[in-house]
Amino acid sequence: MNFLSIFVLIPSLMLLGLWAARNIKQIRAVMVTGASLLMVMAVMLAYLYVRARSAGDTSQMLFTSSMEWYKPLNICYAVGVDGISVVMLLLSAVIVFTGVFASWKMKLQTKEFFLWFSLLSMGVFGFFISIDLFTMFMFYEIALIPMYLLIGIWGTGRKEYSAMKLTLMLMGASAFLLMGILGIFFGAGGTTMNILEIAKLHIPIELQRIFFPITFLGFGVLGALFPFHTWSPDGHASAPTAVSMLHAGVLMKLGGYGCFRVAMYLMPEAATELSWIFLILTGISVVYGAFSACVQTDLKYINAYSSVSHCGLVLFAILMMTHTASTGAVLQMLSHGLITALFFALIGMIYGRTHTRDVRELRGLMKIMPFLSVGYVIAGFANLGLPGFSGFIAEMTIFVGSFENTDTFHRVWTIIATTSIVITAVYILRLVGRIIYGEVENKEYLSLTDATWDERLSVIVLVAAVAGLGCFPLWFSSIIGESTLPVITQLMSH
Amino acid sequence: MEQYSITLLVLLLPLAAFLFLGLFGNRFKPLTAGLIATIEMAATTVIAYFTAFKYFTSDRLADGTFATCIPFDHVWLPFGKTLTFNMGILLDPISVMMLIVITTVSLMVHVYSLGYMKGEKGFQRYFAFLSLFTMSMLGLVVATNIFQMYLFWELVGVSSYLLIGFYYTKPSAIAASKKAFIVTRFADLGFLIGILIYGYYVGSYSFEYSVHIKAIAAAGTVIPLALGLMIIGGAGKSAMFPFHLWLPDAMEGPTPVSALIHAATMVVAGVYLIARLFPLFIGYAPDVLHIAGYVGAFTALFAAVIACVQTDIKRVLAFSTISQIGFMIVALGVSTSTDPHHGGLGYMASMFHLFTHAMFKALLFLGAGAVIHAVHSNEMKDMGGLRKYMRVTHFTFLIACLAIAGIPPFSGFFSKDEILVATFMFSPVMGYLMTFIAGLTAFYMFRLYYNIFWAKPCELKAGHDGHVHTPHEAPAVMTVPLVILAALTCVVGYIVPFGKFISSDGSAYHIHIDLKVAVTSIVVAVIGIGIARVMYRGASRKIADGLERNFGLLYRAAVKRFYIDEIYQFITHKIIFALISKPVAWFDRHVVDAFFDGLAWIAHVAAAKIKGLQSGNVQSYAVVFLWGIIAIMAALLFITFGVFWLL
Amino acid sequence: MVPMQYYLLVSTFMMFVGVFGFFTRRNLLTILISVELVLNAVDINFAVFNRYLYPEHLEGMFFSVFSIGLSAVEAAVAIAIIIVVYRNLENIRVTGLNKLKD
Repeated sequence: MNFLSIFVLIPSLMLLGLWAARNIKQIRAVMVTGASLLMVMAVMLAYLYVRARSAGDTSQMLFTSSMEWYKPLNICYAVGVDGISVVMLLLSAVIVFTGVFASWKMKLQTKEFFLWFSLLSMGVFGFFISIDLFTMFMFYEIALIPMYLLIGIWGTGRKEYSAMKLTLMLMGASAFLLMGILGIFFGAGGTTMNILEIAKLHIPIELQRIFFPITFLGFGVLGALFPFHTWSPDGHASAPTAVSMLHAGVLMKLGGYGCFRVAMYLMPEAATELSWIFLILTGISVVYGAFSACVQTDLKYINAYSSVSHCGLVLFAILMMTHTASTGAVLQMLSHGLITALFFALIGMIYGRTHTRDVRELRGLMKIMPFLSVGYVIAGFANLGLPGFSGFIAEMTIFVGSFENTDTFHRVWTIIATTSIVITAVYILRLVGRIIYGEVENKEYLSLTDATWDERLSVIVLVAAVAGLGCFPLWFSSIIGESTLPVITQLMSH
Repeated sequence: MEQYSITLLVLLLPLAAFLFLGLFGNRFKPLTAGLIATIEMAATTVIAYFTAFKYFTSDRLADGTFATCIPFDHVWLPFGKTLTFNMGILLDPISVMMLIVITTVSLMVHVYSLGYMKGEKGFQRYFAFLSLFTMSMLGLVVATNIFQMYLFWELVGVSSYLLIGFYYTKPSAIAASKKAFIVTRFADLGFLIGILIYGYYVGSYSFEYSVHIKAIAAAGTVIPLALGLMIIGGAGKSAMFPFHLWLPDAMEGPTPVSALIHAATMVVAGVYLIARLFPLFIGYAPDVLHIAGYVGAFTALFAAVIACVQTDIKRVLAFSTISQIGFMIVALGVSTSTDPHHGGLGYMASMFHLFTHAMFKALLFLGAGAVIHAVHSNEMKDMGGLRKYMRVTHFTFLIACLAIAGIPPFSGFFSKDEILVATFMFSPVMGYLMTFIAGLTAFYMFRLYYNIFWAKPCELKAGHDGHVHTPHEAPAVMTVPLVILAALTCVVGYIVPFGKFISSDGSAYHIHIDLKVAVTSIVVAVIGIGIARVMYRGASRKIADGLERNFGLLYRAAVKRFYIDEIYQFITHKIIFALISKPVAWFDRHVVDAFFDGLAWIAHVAAAKIKGLQSGNVQSYAVVFLWGIIAIMAALLFITFGVFWLL
Repeated sequence: MVPMQYYLLVSTFMMFVGVFGFFTRRNLLTILISVELVLNAVDINFAVFNRYLYPEHLEGMFFSVFSIGLSAVEAAVAIAIIIVVYRNLENIRVTGLNKLKD
């Protein structure tokens, strides 16, 4: 069996294990074993990948394998990874691992919760290893559906509404996506669904003009593209902690990844021709999300809008179509995934204690829960792009890369996008100043306790990942850089 | 190069101290943590002095300059194929000088803080942040490229944020720290865009201009733009108008922090940046440099006027800092060539003033800290007559005041004199203006001095326990740094042959005093001191009060710092929040979101409407079925035979 | 020989009586009778067309016999269901039979 399939196999085994589990201890054991195994495997994959690369393997995807699945439409279970997928798998593994610990104390229907959670992870991992359009789409759907139940049942606030909204909007997007995929498939002659092979074929420009926007939109909705981002604030605000983490941390990255790997890579001519439309939309996302975040009063809303802004930056960088910018985009996916997961984890933990997420009610948390508060401040600094954390390297790579596009239109949007870093500072510091600092006003809070060991573990792992990436970016930057090159070459050759 | 490998420790030691204290600080007793940081700082200082000694005693190159050494320079983050973000250490005269300034002041502040911060909550955290700041500042000055400088630039910004907000339960401290960070970050946006432009057109961020001379020449017209934008960043950090407003508020931080960050080191980063880019300015954008000079002159005047009326002693010192940085910027701004004998004197003067200013301003702040420590207030009205109680503080403070006022033989005189000479060479108008500001400086510093140590004796207030506390001298751990800095202030002016080491083209320059300028400035300074003495020495404040009444409008405007803060408040709250953010958030909820909710609503309502058709009544289905068949039949007949057949 | 149209008129009449009854009656048994009427009308048509148009073939006849058989089966099943319904609900009016809908 192919090494990559293990990433789908482990979650399936976790599902089986959960099904057989009898009590909370067994459930936890299954989840921890599974999540740790996934993490070990992801690290091992990264190691094997780097070893293969340094041994001189220059093929675009490594560990490829293809198994015919449905002959009439040439659908295969085709897998393979390049640098981008490797880092995304690492990211997913870290977030699944920390997500398990962040939902350690889940009380209500624990087993079912973790069943859906594992199914969601399976979808995510499957998506990142697939190189067959249909398989990719299938895993995408697998990741999407559990979201409805996870938010609808285990969420807070207006959970049914949010779950419905999120699912409907993302389903609408996947309708577009399916159209796009079929368009690509038949446009390329209907002989293969494999991305690498389609890239070698040529899709007629007339078809590209139709299907590029459709595909980009389909993935873009998941990447919170303005004006299709409104599922994100409500969805994140209602979702339980671990789901918010996984959703903002990984699932939203599926959008950027898909836009880059499918829409841009397979339809380069239309991408060069039509990218300006999406560039405007993403540019708006970046600034708009940041401004919206300034006046929100719910911690999760602030973070959701911040995600709109930062995920907008991912799509923005992709559309700049330079090598550096696209490397930056992948770095930003990685960085934002980690930071936002950290944020949501902390918000979940604070909410679990104070039972409110209203900025106006929280005050002086530093005095009562120093660990969580310090974590929150670190997350805030990472989010506003402080050097030493991953946000800085990602944003700098994006901006330097965007500047390489000499077109005046692109330059103007680059400068507009850079202003987001100041606005980010405004809302992060406003938040930190308000809820972390100051004197405790609500006397009931004085009896609250700081983080427990499981919460500490998940926060520490995430902070270490964010700081590690921020201090030693060279390795990540180079393995991503060599993998974004083929796509950029494809785009430039037209 | 090998010989400087040890210099790396200058960065690594404070970093290690920061991480160690940050992670495990609370496991130690406060004093132990403080001692760890102080000992680490002492080691760093020794290494920095060692480096400086080695550097300045090494052989000069053939053209009489010191070689620029780059013991480390590694790719940290590649951007595409050619552009790279390097991290390394660059040693040249100004960076070595900055190493000395930073480590000296930082060590003094560490020692002083052991006494000043005693008993404060978060003592360990305080020292962790101090180490972080020292590391970042040292990283900034030894940067090999503009991007590395930007990186540490942001880090000093954040350590400043953390230290201003050290008393995190005080609302004013929170607001001040936020303001400092956001204002400088806004300015840094200009810096960043400048870097982006520069990097794209030149193809390198390196400070080794000679290597990239062709690319720089080819970039030509965009260089002034890039440099102009970078200066905005510098203006933000160095609190130049209109970005000056964060600095006075930054005084909310503990006083030793103000001494280190907001007087001696971080705020001169902008000056250092311009000095670093000096060859580029002279070669490609002299106009931009002059504009910076004019802004510096305006800021110097503006801040000096405000300093004359402030009553919070730390704010007076803050405005004085802004004014003095204005002097440094002016000195750079009036340079017209890299030859120190023809128009390049300002470079040396600016660096010289930076050096001396760091010493005496740190001394002033630490002295002010000792005073605040004794009377538990920042306000002048709570002070007076303290000379009797605090002899050491009084004496050292006086030395610092004389130095900043420009009285020989104290260090400030020499450096200020060089600045004035350079300014007069550029334009006499500017020269007289700066001389006038120097007079103002003498006036407000001695106003401060007389108000604290002379004037009416302060009222002794009863403490909580009912006893009347007399102000008492600070402990030795605080006064020793004062004495050391005072000694430095006395001697650095003429013992250190500054121009021999640092000048605009790197060759040795012999400093000589221009008698005419020197005499004028001394006379002006003495007049300033005299006025201050007349107005503020005695117990009554007749003249001062009378002036305040007669110039009511101007006085109030100056006290309110010319309403710049109100304008800032207006822009942030009224424009950014009320005019942009709120409407955007409203738009998001009520237009974009409502659109999608509307779609769902349409689907819902439409479904409810057509639901009635599915009655479940087979008979009514059958009726529809029949009519359907009839309609289809009719249509088929119509298509096949035409309408006439039906008729 | 009686012209074919007369037979067809009769069957058309039966057909529409059946359709009308199917639409308007509310009693299950009457509806069943109406359905039988429709089926019988069709049976007549089969037989008539066979006899008049293709006298040498017998498919029409076979088919009408087959159809009569089917009607019988259908009637048996339907009446059985109606009886069960009546036993359970004591009602065989279609308007009352909406338990599955709710």
